[in-house]
Amino acid sequence: MIMLLYCISSPRANAQTDMDAITLKKNVLCVGGMYVNDSWTEYWEGTFKRNNRNLGKVTTQMFGIAGAYGITDKLNVMFSAPYVKTKATAGTLSGFDGIQDLALMAKYRAAEKKFTNGSRLSVFAVGRISVPLTNYVADYLPLSIGMHSKTASIRGLVDYQVSKFFVSASAAYTYRSNVDIDRESYYTTEIHNTNEVEMPDASDYNIRAGYRSKYLIAEAIFSDMYTLGGFDIRKNDMPFPSNKMNARRIGGAFKYTMKKVRGLEIVGGAMYTLHGRNVGQATTLNAGVFYLMDLKSGNRPRNSQQQN
Amino acid sequence: MKKNTTFKTAILLVLAGLVFWSCNKSDIGDRSLAYKPLEPENQDLNAGTWKPVLLASADEFEVAAPAATNTPGYTAELNEIKGFQGSLSDKDKSSIKYWSAGAVLRWNEILRELVALRNIPPYQKEDDTYPAPSPTNPFAYPTFPFANPPYAGRAYAYVSAATYDALVAAWHYKQLYNRAAPYNVDSSVQALVPKSSLPSYPSEDAVVAGATIELLKLLFPADLAYVQEKADEHMRARIMSGANTRSDIEAGLALGKMVAAKFVARGRTDRAGQAGGNPEIWKALEDNTMAKGEVCWFSLETPRRPPMLPLFNKVKPFLFDSLTVINMRPPPPPSTSSEQFKKETEEVLYYSSHPTRERVKIVHFWADGAGTYTPAGHWDHIAASEFVKENYSEVRWARNMALLNMALCDAGIVCWDAKYFYFNPRPSQSNPDIKTLTGLPNFPAYTSGHSTFSAAAATVLTHLLPDRGTKFDDMATEAALSRLYGAIHYRSDSEAGLVSGKAVGEYAVQRALTDGAN
Repeated sequence: MIMLLYCISSPRANAQTDMDAITLKKNVLCVGGMYVNDSWTEYWEGTFKRNNRNLGKVTTQMFGIAGAYGITDKLNVMFSAPYVKTKATAGTLSGFDGIQDLALMAKYRAAEKKFTNGSRLSVFAVGRISVPLTNYVADYLPLSIGMHSKTASIRGLVDYQVSKFFVSASAAYTYRSNVDIDRESYYTTEIHNTNEVEMPDASDYNIRAGYRSKYLIAEAIFSDMYTLGGFDIRKNDMPFPSNKMNARRIGGAFKYTMKKVRGLEIVGGAMYTLHGRNVGQATTLNAGVFYLMDLKSGNRPRNSQQQN
Repeated sequence: MKKNTTFKTAILLVLAGLVFWSCNKSDIGDRSLAYKPLEPENQDLNAGTWKPVLLASADEFEVAAPAATNTPGYTAELNEIKGFQGSLSDKDKSSIKYWSAGAVLRWNEILRELVALRNIPPYQKEDDTYPAPSPTNPFAYPTFPFANPPYAGRAYAYVSAATYDALVAAWHYKQLYNRAAPYNVDSSVQALVPKSSLPSYPSEDAVVAGATIELLKLLFPADLAYVQEKADEHMRARIMSGANTRSDIEAGLALGKMVAAKFVARGRTDRAGQAGGNPEIWKALEDNTMAKGEVCWFSLETPRRPPMLPLFNKVKPFLFDSLTVINMRPPPPPSTSSEQFKKETEEVLYYSSHPTRERVKIVHFWADGAGTYTPAGHWDHIAASEFVKENYSEVRWARNMALLNMALCDAGIVCWDAKYFYFNPRPSQSNPDIKTLTGLPNFPAYTSGHSTFSAAAATVLTHLLPDRGTKFDDMATEAALSRLYGAIHYRSDSEAGLVSGKAVGEYAVQRALTDGAN
């Protein structure tokens, strides 16, 4: 059920994400690797919160490669592609593993205004698409590695920075394509005699605030994501890809740029699910290492943020 | 500046794309909505002479003679139809189209839906025991019934067999009274469904609806409001279409209900109500198996769930008697201490730890686990998608569904007999390293239910549709292997299940050869 987090909002396996206000300078390339560990023992079956001793603790691990490139100072493109592995500590159900979805993103700084007090307001538009890279199984929640839906989303983001403190807010709409499952009939709130599942679209908003300097970014994050439609898991039933899936999460993240090794960045973060519906009450930890280089000059840029 | 415009245009295109795709998502290609109106090539006018399942004869229940078509009462009925036809809404038209695909087909689909709705194992109580659904209080959690595979197989059989008997009776009276359909009596009544020369009194659609409603009072008592709503819509659609008058419908509903009452009486005393057993019986199963020196089955669920319907073997079968169930019992599975058992467990471990995408697809295609219409429903689905190509009369649809579902019900009985006679452990109990690729059913391994159900169904369908060659047998073999691939059954379970399922299916074939419908 935690798969939600990979599907309506793919893992941010990237030093720069589609939810932050960071952009690379023209010709700068950033590539790296990311690890995500997501686990829960309690989940919401509709609105009923429970554990399941036939699942125990459900863990999803993700090993991703990701990167970003500055086409211009204002326009960046990004990608990510993870390998995902799931496991339950109790019961007989086998975990699954495999290569999940390729995500491609484009972030555009549409407007920027600098104020006389030195503060700065920026507005970004972000487009994101994702496509499954393999024919993995979607209909095996909570142990499938993803939803196998193609997604396209559009996000608006506003960032305001005063001195070294910032606040960002963004909201996105995500279109999710229907998915094909291995069965020829299934029940949602009625029976369907087809292998195609109508997936509800999704939406989310995200607020970040914290400290942003040349070498360190540290931020607190609040995020709320929800499907636009979908149905509840019935009591003691199995979850299904087109369930309603909502999650309200809080957490924090940091990015540290090494001073000694120019171009090397370390990222990390943690998120906790406060409240949800048809999802696990997950704790998600992530860590990653990224490397920056200027393809034109061959120099290693000091860090991934543009200088003001 | 130019770049800026390009980007904005791109965003606009993406947004337009999103709107376009979103609007097209609701068409998911549901096969059942694409079925064409039923237009039988042969109305089987002699079906009043076919052999019923429970009825002593086709005229066991009386249907009064209808009013003649030249009476004022009948004219009033025609006026009702004309009134409807003068102001049909789009919803009315789509309702007429939906029901025109056939009454037996649509009510079978509704039954499959109810099974999927009710096929969820109860959640445990605070004290870690499991509550049992109660037919006397069907709405209280856990709602009644838990429509698990044996329960579902029996439900499909009762509804199908009662529908068949009721239609045999209906065909008898159609011939006897020979009242033409309204669109054939009065040329100003439009035929909004394919025209037929079959007499319309009593209405075959109403017979099917009436028989089904009556049985669902017993089988799905928590869903009667939903079912009645469907029946009302169905009957209205038939009148609006010009195919039936209200008296055709009323006579049909009454006949269907009378015939079904006979099946309800049988269902109340067929021992299914006691099939759950009790703690002493569950304990005795373990003791008996251990006394034989075999490792006994236990539930791998936490908390441990009582075994599913351990006395289902005592339920009265449709195609043979209870003694035959015992005579059909397969030879014992490999002893839990044998080399063969060890080898088969290792084979399961192999499939557990080496899943391929192709095998997982097979596992999930046939899984039919919790929240689905069960293996019996899957075979009804398979049969229905073939029968729609055959343009059967309603009575032949019912007869073929009855043969199929009586075989499926009895396959469940025979299989449950083997399961609880041998009471042997699942592979994951024998070796906890064996992880399963689908949910592990909460009952013993030998023989495989899917294999038994599938071979029984395939045998019946191959007899009914010989031009399909080995299609159904191949499907049954795949269904049987899916349980090994899913790491929830040993090879022996599937092989033995296929053999006994085929034996059950042969009984239905024997019936088919002698019921007068050939």
